[in-house]
Amino acid sequence: MAKVIVRIPTPLRPFAGGQAEVQAEGATAAEVLASLGRSYPDLCARVLDAEGAPRVFVNVFVGHDRLRDKAALAAPLGAAAVISIVPAVAGGHDADQRSKAF
Amino acid sequence: MNPDLSHFGALAAAVGATPLVELTAGLGLAPPLRLFAKLESVNPGASIKDRPVLRMLQAGIAAGALAGGRRVLDSSSGNAGISYAMLGAALGVPVSIVVPGNASAERLARIHAHGAELILTDPLEGYDHALRTAQALAAQYPERYWYCNQYANAENWRAHYDGTGAEILRQLQALDLHADCFVAGVGTGGTLTGVARRLREAHPGLAVYAAIPDAFPGIEGLKPLGAAGDIVPDILDASLIDERIGISAEHAVAMCRRLAALGLFVGPSSGAYVHTALAVARSGRHRTIVTILSDSGERYLSVGLWPAG
Repeated sequence: MAKVIVRIPTPLRPFAGGQAEVQAEGATAAEVLASLGRSYPDLCARVLDAEGAPRVFVNVFVGHDRLRDKAALAAPLGAAAVISIVPAVAGGHDADQRSKAF
Repeated sequence: MNPDLSHFGALAAAVGATPLVELTAGLGLAPPLRLFAKLESVNPGASIKDRPVLRMLQAGIAAGALAGGRRVLDSSSGNAGISYAMLGAALGVPVSIVVPGNASAERLARIHAHGAELILTDPLEGYDHALRTAQALAAQYPERYWYCNQYANAENWRAHYDGTGAEILRQLQALDLHADCFVAGVGTGGTLTGVARRLREAHPGLAVYAAIPDAFPGIEGLKPLGAAGDIVPDILDASLIDERIGISAEHAVAMCRRLAALGLFVGPSSGAYVHTALAVARSGRHRTIVTILSDSGERYLSVGLWPAG
């Protein structure tokens, strides 16, 4: 089964061993994310809802194509696919080195 | 003094003096407990950010910060960027905004429409990366940019102290009320700091609750300050906060949809605040609760906030 690169956003990296990219196996995005969940169980719970669809404000992309629902996640991946998990909104993260500690 | 009849003057005059809407009955609460919210989507830039951006620009211009044709520079998750772009265009001042690439399409389109320069950063690197990019540009090109820095500019919280907070005091006084509880979140910290300072000075018993989103996927413009060691903006006076309450994106969205059914079309930070305010209301500890409806729901049509069909 093909190895697929999954790009991880900053807030989720603590749940992926601190990595910006990981590799996982699968013929569809759903399979890749399930495989990822076996290695990093806290990661997938933050990406998919209980029905296996992307959570609100979570976008899953294959290349530049957004997978909007569970059906899209189940579509076969092309060769050399790269999956990106991107928050749909630009919420604040908190590592501004010029600011002071809470 | 003659009134400023320019289109900038008209826009500036339209910033602030927003309605205080009562949500008590709509959310199933009953007097003597009362819940109010400032409806900030009626500002000309459709968000609360018009207030601090107007004040920061006016102070910067008065101080000569834009001398020599320097551009206004800041980072934004979108709403402040729109305010900078709109007011900058009206003033004839060039504006550059560093925005994460995952800011909603509606935001990016409006900033672009006003003629501001958009500098997009990698959405995977989060808002921090946009902020660091703005800092780096300001350091590298001091002759080109005036870095307004809404996270450290004291005019930000002062806009809310003199504006938003003072308005809340007056609007409640007209009802023979005063706030004993204020609920907000932390983006730059300007709203929470300015409003809470003003309300607590008037009534020292004020309790302040901060709505804190999960780090992922987050809530537009709000910082997840929940964990020890987290970093916060310079202008936030964290000593004002009595309690931090966690909020999920799902709860914020559910409240947005509930508010829409009441005729209030607002964005997810507003939903987060009202969800939190309702939880606080149900605790029975307070009588008059005030929160903020920060921006318009129109700005989230493309990000899945509203169900299709």
